[in-house]
Amino acid sequence: MELLLALTIGILFAVGVYMILARSLLRVILGLSLLTHSVHLLLLTMSGLKAGAPPLLGEKADSYVDPLPQALILTSIVISFGVTSLYFVLAYKSYQKLGTDDTEQMRREADE
Amino acid sequence: MSLLHFFLLLPFLLAAMLPLLNKLTKELHPGWLAMAAPAFMLFYFLSRIPEVSKGRSLTASVPWIPSLGINLDSNLDGLGLLFALLISGIGALVVLYSISYLHPRKEAVTRFYVCLLLFMGAMLGVVLSDHLIVLYGFWELTSITSFLLIAFWHKREVSLAGALKSLLITSFGGLAMLAGFLLLGLAGGSLRVSELIDSSAVLAASPLLLPAMLLIALGVLTKSAQFPFHIWLPDAMEAPTPVSAYLHSATMVKAGLYLAARLMPIFAGQAPWYILLTTSGLITLLYGAFRAIKQTDLKALLAYSTISQLGLVLTLLGLGSVYPTGSTHEYAVYSTAAAAAALFHLVNHAAFKGALFMTAGIVDHETGTRDLRQLGGLLRFMPLTFTVALAASLSMAGVPPFGGFMSKELFFGSALDAMRSGSWGTAAFLIPVIAWTASAFTFVYSAIFVWRTFGGSRRGEQADASHAAVQEAPHKQPNDARHATMRAPVQETPQDARYETLQETPHEAPLSMLLSPMLLAAAALIFGLFPGSIGPNVLQPALDSLQPGAAEAFTELSLWHGWTPELLMTLGVFIVGGALFLIAPRVPLLNRPLRVLFSWNGVFKGGLRNADRASERLTSLYLTGSMRHYASYVFLFLIVAVAVTTFMTGGFRISFSGMAPVTVYEGIAVAALIAAALAVPFAQSRMMAIILTGTIGYLVVLFFVLFRAPDLALTQMIVETVSVTLFLLCFYHLPALKREKIALRTKLINGLIAAASGIVMTVVALGAFSGRAFPSISDYYLKNSYELAGGKNVVNVILVDFRGFDTMLEIVVLGIASYAIYGVIGLKWPEEKVVERN
Repeated sequence: MELLLALTIGILFAVGVYMILARSLLRVILGLSLLTHSVHLLLLTMSGLKAGAPPLLGEKADSYVDPLPQALILTSIVISFGVTSLYFVLAYKSYQKLGTDDTEQMRREADE
Repeated sequence: MSLLHFFLLLPFLLAAMLPLLNKLTKELHPGWLAMAAPAFMLFYFLSRIPEVSKGRSLTASVPWIPSLGINLDSNLDGLGLLFALLISGIGALVVLYSISYLHPRKEAVTRFYVCLLLFMGAMLGVVLSDHLIVLYGFWELTSITSFLLIAFWHKREVSLAGALKSLLITSFGGLAMLAGFLLLGLAGGSLRVSELIDSSAVLAASPLLLPAMLLIALGVLTKSAQFPFHIWLPDAMEAPTPVSAYLHSATMVKAGLYLAARLMPIFAGQAPWYILLTTSGLITLLYGAFRAIKQTDLKALLAYSTISQLGLVLTLLGLGSVYPTGSTHEYAVYSTAAAAAALFHLVNHAAFKGALFMTAGIVDHETGTRDLRQLGGLLRFMPLTFTVALAASLSMAGVPPFGGFMSKELFFGSALDAMRSGSWGTAAFLIPVIAWTASAFTFVYSAIFVWRTFGGSRRGEQADASHAAVQEAPHKQPNDARHATMRAPVQETPQDARYETLQETPHEAPLSMLLSPMLLAAAALIFGLFPGSIGPNVLQPALDSLQPGAAEAFTELSLWHGWTPELLMTLGVFIVGGALFLIAPRVPLLNRPLRVLFSWNGVFKGGLRNADRASERLTSLYLTGSMRHYASYVFLFLIVAVAVTTFMTGGFRISFSGMAPVTVYEGIAVAALIAAALAVPFAQSRMMAIILTGTIGYLVVLFFVLFRAPDLALTQMIVETVSVTLFLLCFYHLPALKREKIALRTKLINGLIAAASGIVMTVVALGAFSGRAFPSISDYYLKNSYELAGGKNVVNVILVDFRGFDTMLEIVVLGIASYAIYGVIGLKWPEEKVVERN
């Protein structure tokens, strides 16, 4: 299973990078959120995917899955949500002001 | 804090107080105040002569950075005293001279004296420091103050260019020297010169000695304007003449020679050291003398002459370090003689060159030009200046009974000895030949200096005749520095204006201006007539610091020493030099500017220009302003760094042992996720792209459910929903996702970078999973969650209890993000700053 997931993580990462290298700002932001997904899955996979109960002690199970990566991912989800929202709003505003979402056109007029 | 340190600090103290003192004593020329420092120092150092000449050296130390072993160690031995006397003595004379040279109302004299005093202190620090790091500090301070003094008339382009050039070259050498010092300290275990000399046996065996030697030699050659680093000195002549006289003839340019002399006990006997010093010195000697003949500007002539004479001293220092201290070689005595000759000529040169610069300044001051083609016939008007110039030039040319004669005899003697000693192989005969040729040239330019300035008839009357010739000459027209300050862009002073100034009747300079050069010229005569006046008392102790236990080289110094080969060589110099001077105006090689394919100035200028251009080109090569390029660099670096590290350290290994089995259900979810991910780049509308990304987010939720992470699933679900909602809310305002017009090549490169990053991530994921070294710490959380924190949801307990700080700061992040969003959306932006596009 880990092998398969590692492959998925790689593909998600690759697609994310490809999108970041694009010219449209919207694509870049979507690429960033794909990268985030990829990293979250990587964190989860790292702790092992072996069977076990969810980390809720009420289950009275013999073994639980690792709770620490889950806490880390939870923090990361919230942060990346905040960041993605900000990026999105920035993209929206810059389109309004500059009239383009092409990063190649977002340059200063004259190089100093 | 000893008396020695007090006198070391005196110039700095006075420099700090001078602006204030000047305000208090408005009528007084600040030069009289500045005079206090060199005068007191001269008095103090003179009073030390009896003690030092007995072989005792004065040492004192003030802690500076004791933890690093760096202290202000001062050591006043013979060599230090010799230089200290030069610095304070000529310093006092130069200050005296500058009082009548610089007009207190027309020039920023206070600034001048502050810089000059700082330089004086720095120079004194160089020669008195026993610690190499402290020496380096003072060394750079001389470079900086020299930079300030050369650019004293900072409104003129040429001054600025000359100052920048000298700073670039000398600080290049200074930095190389610092590296050499550090290597030397590493090899010898100490940075104190006196301790390094004691451990020269250890040093000689160290592999670090050669690089240290070469780097220090760079410092010596750049500071003392030796070939091929001599190019800064002629340009430094844009400085006021007192500065040229002091810095660029008597003191700063001798700092390199001082260093070579100071380190002689360490480097003596090392072939690379003495070969480098001697060859460089000989080349500079000949080249400088040859170029000096061609100059038409008085100060440029003196600059090349200084270069040449410094080369002479360096040659002698090189010959003086052929045999290690205490060598029993039959010719080891000639080494001592060469070192003695170096010191003798050093003193002589300081005296006559100082006097010559000052007379050049007087001529400039009284006639308004320094151009030899316009000068002439000044003998009638300025007899005293002529006498001084004649005496100093005779000393420079090596005519008896002046000091220069004796130092030239000693030089020829050393050159002949070097030829006989057999240390120089087949090239040995070149040493006396070059020495002799250069001396003949020296005779020629000395004669030119006197004859073309003072001899002949007044030139001003025949202005029209020489006018054409002047204009033809490709040489930069030297300008009268003093007029320059008053008339702003001076570069192109009208020719006629200069002839007008020439037609005024020149007159003798005031005595206050003449006093300093007279004293210096008198000194040049005294050194020749009575070498005993400085030989045993000042020069012998200095020689002892160069070669500890050296023979008494200065006792039998006298003007007449029989019919020796040296004397015959000198007579030959006079005859050939005189003949050359007479034919010089008719031989183009001797009076036209050298037309060469290759000049060191060109190398320097071209080097600067190309360095500028190359760095500009390099920068614009990668700083394209394109975000895509920058992102590519980041990912490429990530790929290369991670891939190389993984394979170099053997981090890539896969073990399938601990893997969980794949169920059909999971397999389908994975397939769906991969399919959705691969479809994203191909989405042609923004709606499609957003929905596909949303799909991936929800599939990730599914994975969280599958891998038993209920809180994650919950959060991810909500966040994904909100994100998609946000996307869709702004959807209306976003531009249509155009089909990007990207070249296939770019797409291919992007794809390759993306694929490589993906592969690297997969490898990292697998490697990290397979190579787990320690068991997880999560057992602790699972065990103690309920007992310690009273909660059964372990993930939540970790978030708010065990690792509550993470959560707090993550809330801060959200807060900042919302404020920022509010700022971006809600605040009114100034419209005029908006750049209109399309």
